[in-house]
Amino acid sequence: MMKKLSILIAFGALSISVNAALADSTDLADRVINGRYQAVLGDCAACHTKQDGQPFAGGEALQTPFGALVPPNITPDKETGIGNWNEADFIRMMKTGTGHDGIRLYPAMPYPAYSKMSDRDLSDMWAYLTTLQPVKNKVVANQLPFPLNIRLSMWGWNLLNFDPQPFVADEKQTAEWNRGAYLVQGPGHCATCHSPKSFLGADKDSQFLQGASLQGWYAPNITADPHIGIGSWSEDEIVTYLKTGSTDKTIASGPMAEAIAQSTSLMKEQDLKAIAVYLKSLSPGSTDKPTALKADDARMVAGAAIYHDTCSACHGQEGKGAMPLFPALAGNSLVQQPSPETLAHVVLAGSQAVYTPSKQTTPAMPSFAWRLNDQQVSDVLTYVRNSWGNAAAPVNASDVSDIRGSAQN
Amino acid sequence: MTKILPRKDVVIVGLGWTGAILAHELTEQGLDVLAIERGPWRDTATDFNIGYVQDELRYGIRRDLFLQPRVEAMTMRNNLSQTALPMRDYGSFLPGNGVGGAGVHWNGHTWRFWDSDFRIKSHLTERYGAAKFDGLQLQDWGVTGEEMEPFYDKFEYLAGISGKAGNIKGRIQEGGNPFEDSRARDYPLPPMQMSYAPSLFADAARKLGYHPFPTPSANLSKAYINPLGIAMGECTLCGFCERFGCANYSKASAQTTILPVLMKKKNFELRTDSEVLRIDLDGSGKMAKGVTYVDTSDEEYFQPADMVLLCAYGLHNVRLLLLSGIGKPYDPNSGEGAVGRNYCYQTNAGMQVFFDDKNFNPFIASGALGQTVDDFNGDAFDHGSVNFVGGAGINCIPTNGRPIAMRPVPPGTPRWGAKWKAATAQAYKSTMTYSSQGSSYPTQGNYLDLDPTYSDRFGRPLLRITFDFPDNDLKMSDYVSDRMEDIAKALGGRQYNGARRKKGWDSVPYQSTHNTGGAIMGTDPKTSVVNRYLQNWDVSNLFVIGASAFAHNAGKNPTGTVGALAFIAADAIRTKYLRNPGAPLVSA
Amino acid sequence: MSELCPKRLSRRRFLSSVALTVLAGSAGPVLARSYVGGNLPWTSYAADPPRQVMPGGWKFFTEQEARTIEAIADRMIPPDGLSIGGKEAGCAVYLDRQLAGSYGNSSRLYTQGPFLPGLPTQGYQGADNPAQIYRKGLAAIDTYLKQNKGGKAFADLSPNEQDAFLTDLEAGKIKLDNDVDGKALFNVILGSIMEGFFADPVYGGNKDMASWKMIGFPGARYDYRDHVSKFNETYPHPPISIASQPFWAEK
Repeated sequence: MMKKLSILIAFGALSISVNAALADSTDLADRVINGRYQAVLGDCAACHTKQDGQPFAGGEALQTPFGALVPPNITPDKETGIGNWNEADFIRMMKTGTGHDGIRLYPAMPYPAYSKMSDRDLSDMWAYLTTLQPVKNKVVANQLPFPLNIRLSMWGWNLLNFDPQPFVADEKQTAEWNRGAYLVQGPGHCATCHSPKSFLGADKDSQFLQGASLQGWYAPNITADPHIGIGSWSEDEIVTYLKTGSTDKTIASGPMAEAIAQSTSLMKEQDLKAIAVYLKSLSPGSTDKPTALKADDARMVAGAAIYHDTCSACHGQEGKGAMPLFPALAGNSLVQQPSPETLAHVVLAGSQAVYTPSKQTTPAMPSFAWRLNDQQVSDVLTYVRNSWGNAAAPVNASDVSDIRGSAQN
Repeated sequence: MTKILPRKDVVIVGLGWTGAILAHELTEQGLDVLAIERGPWRDTATDFNIGYVQDELRYGIRRDLFLQPRVEAMTMRNNLSQTALPMRDYGSFLPGNGVGGAGVHWNGHTWRFWDSDFRIKSHLTERYGAAKFDGLQLQDWGVTGEEMEPFYDKFEYLAGISGKAGNIKGRIQEGGNPFEDSRARDYPLPPMQMSYAPSLFADAARKLGYHPFPTPSANLSKAYINPLGIAMGECTLCGFCERFGCANYSKASAQTTILPVLMKKKNFELRTDSEVLRIDLDGSGKMAKGVTYVDTSDEEYFQPADMVLLCAYGLHNVRLLLLSGIGKPYDPNSGEGAVGRNYCYQTNAGMQVFFDDKNFNPFIASGALGQTVDDFNGDAFDHGSVNFVGGAGINCIPTNGRPIAMRPVPPGTPRWGAKWKAATAQAYKSTMTYSSQGSSYPTQGNYLDLDPTYSDRFGRPLLRITFDFPDNDLKMSDYVSDRMEDIAKALGGRQYNGARRKKGWDSVPYQSTHNTGGAIMGTDPKTSVVNRYLQNWDVSNLFVIGASAFAHNAGKNPTGTVGALAFIAADAIRTKYLRNPGAPLVSA
Repeated sequence: MSELCPKRLSRRRFLSSVALTVLAGSAGPVLARSYVGGNLPWTSYAADPPRQVMPGGWKFFTEQEARTIEAIADRMIPPDGLSIGGKEAGCAVYLDRQLAGSYGNSSRLYTQGPFLPGLPTQGYQGADNPAQIYRKGLAAIDTYLKQNKGGKAFADLSPNEQDAFLTDLEAGKIKLDNDVDGKALFNVILGSIMEGFFADPVYGGNKDMASWKMIGFPGARYDYRDHVSKFNETYPHPPISIASQPFWAEK
């Protein structure tokens, strides 16, 4: 009798603890739905799904300056995916960067950001991942050259750069602000692109979201800087941009286009608002607005001629653009970033605008690499960056030739 | 060995205007649709790059975007007494090619035909008696203007047509075309900013008591978002319109009005660079079972489908029907058979007026920027005292100043040398031109069939065009040329020079790419190929959509009517055909 | 015809400064023939511009033929106060490059037989392509002049004699041997010379946009909205061509 009772009590305790764990969620379906949303917030598909490939079955190789890394298959396939993991494995990986069997991840997988996510969200994400169709696709993730392919070196990197801290709400701020902070710092992992990097490749926290070069694209400053950040954008504009891919002034293209198409355009309106509220509170750092170049500067004169003959038919004589097709250049913070990488890339290679269900046209900028040499590209960009109230550093021909050389295969 | 592919609900042959409209409509209905296009994918930023689209030699003279005769040519003769020979280069008309078809590089004049066109035989008989058009094979189309109206509206709003309506719900509107049929509402966009030459033309026409109005234009006057949510831009009057793709999304085409939405659909597939050889019929000959096509590696494929839509351009539609053995080929001797019947064209004439003291800046232009006078079009005027039927729109739409082809000089000027140069330098900017675009009425002897001698690169016979201008049409054109001279005199230039249309259709100089008929719509299967819904009388799961359906051609560009007919077919398929697939919608 | 720049078919990869979660590129290669449920097919750097013709050397003409064509060009478009002549404008260079390409070999036209004599309304029915037409035609002109103009080549006649010859050729009064139709030949040459004079300079003719400056055609411009309502007013900007412009260089 006593033995039976103790077993019963033991079972009872177990079931209570299980029930407690499930106390926040109503049932598995809700967890899966929320988990799917978490995957949208984290934009897992961006890396783990190939173009036209099976969902989450492994992505394209990322060409990092250190070598190639291939995002692995995270479908529940037992042999080639994560079918042998459990929830604890997954949560530990997301929070510490240490995977199944103790294998360390490279921070190409932005675990420093994901480590801020709550246990609840990560648990739901796991629940969703277990519902995916298992796909047999063996991915050799680590293609870095020696000695970087030795994952143990991440132990040293983590020691220097990674201090896992769960997200802690700031009591002085509103719930909305905190939600925005959580999204931006955690699943949204915005700093992964928008924060400048140290030599070892960690985020420079002191310059949080102040812009970063991605070798061919420049992820712009998204702090509240009124000149080159989103300080002059209203909250509505930020929400509209993330939801639809464009505002009255500008259209997303390049890497941000895909982040919008696969992630932010699918976020809930209130989450986008929270992100806007948070971003607009971010300290802009110490950037002063530069003085615009004078119109009689030789570069400006040449650039004006090129602009008038080549660009004005779409972007307007006064740089006002013609939305919703052709972005405004005047007063556009994206045009005045410290680095001209994105501008040079777009002029040389062309660019196709993002597709979202509310903005379906996807107009494209034609490629001008064949027509303008490096000097001409630099002059017209200098002109655009310093006209109509804009002010930004002039562009050198050598910057342009670097972009032209690196971006083309 | 022909490879058999997985079945589709619908196969569409050709992805131009009609193909894109039908593909969009039917994918909205949930059908699995495949479009097979002979030419390449075409997209604005890549293929109409604003840095090199202004290339008259490449696009205007060598015609890079058009169908190349090597891919498909046609033979022609004026009448049965001649032997048809191939047009080794296209000249008089220029068929399109590629995704978007000729809709990519058209000018954009967008018209509605009138009720007096759709019921032309009944109308003319009522008004003048049948003897008036003796010798012409005019037929009623089987629809009325009122039935067409909502479908014209749909196309115009899809495309962002810029214009001023002349008759809204029966009330004549100042500044519009007083002769047009009533419509429910105005165009989606207002008329474009008018340039100099058409403004002068309109002044002169008004002085004579005519009613000029802005040509309804598919070059948009303002930025626009169409009913599909696709954004289009404002035309910048670049003067590189006809024969050229538009670099800034401001000319209506499949690319600018439909494709961004259509290409996204999971139930739409496009295969380019693939040529349909024929439509395959089942054993009974009454149902199409799919199409056979060849890709660029010369592999042959059979694509099974429950429905086939021929959207390949009017002339190619007719040729494919003939090559597939669908319907009875027309015999010009007996007048029997329907496939190839009532082929029509366009009856045009021109006028130049030379000034000493004017600068028209002819390069500031777009394809449809201009003024039209319809006072002498169709049956807008009483033909009681003249010996012809039909009429012409008089259009002052100077589309370009591209100097390889457009550098008028007064008659008698040498074609080269110092005098030529001096005259060219003087006249280039100080000459205005306008023209008449006249109706083309069917005769027993004008028709389409397959050539007995010449074949294409697959060994299939080329299409043979037997056509000359009927005497009726030449009398009509002469009459309107007289009216054009009246306007020239009112304009008061130093001199004018008219070019009149003559007998003996010449396939060499460019005139018009308005080839109509050959698979016409009607009420009687003996004298038409498709019914009022463009469903083929013989093969019920086949629809044939394009200007091939026109039972005659009016004095107007065909695209507006082609677009409306595409919407009619789509509507009929969605609301009627799919309830009972395979059944005829109209009892013969 | 325009020599084509190769299309860039590469997929775009964004290189990261560190191993970042940067995304794979745009849609697949443009030449793929089957498209299902995706964005409009687009590839970065994709462009197909004409390649600038560089003068120097002849790709099609012999030296003798080039001399003849240059001299003809200078009579059809003589140098005078209004503009440079056809020779200096590069009309012969233009034509040389065209004949060396798809215009010359009629690769776009329907060239299947049988070749039967046709009516004027049925267009050109000959088997010769323009390259052959010019080879035969210029040789026939040489032969004719040797026999009738004291052994001189066209380029060595006086301008008046050249004009007289061309006038007669245009009128169909010159009987050329080898069954060459002199009037038809003249029309082909005239058309080509005029093309070379008025086409974009990227094709080797219309040097410095001479013809466009002469008539006031602004060339490859694309936005005239600010001038359309200025009736009778001269357009104030100089012409530009598809190739890079000299006034785009820093001074």
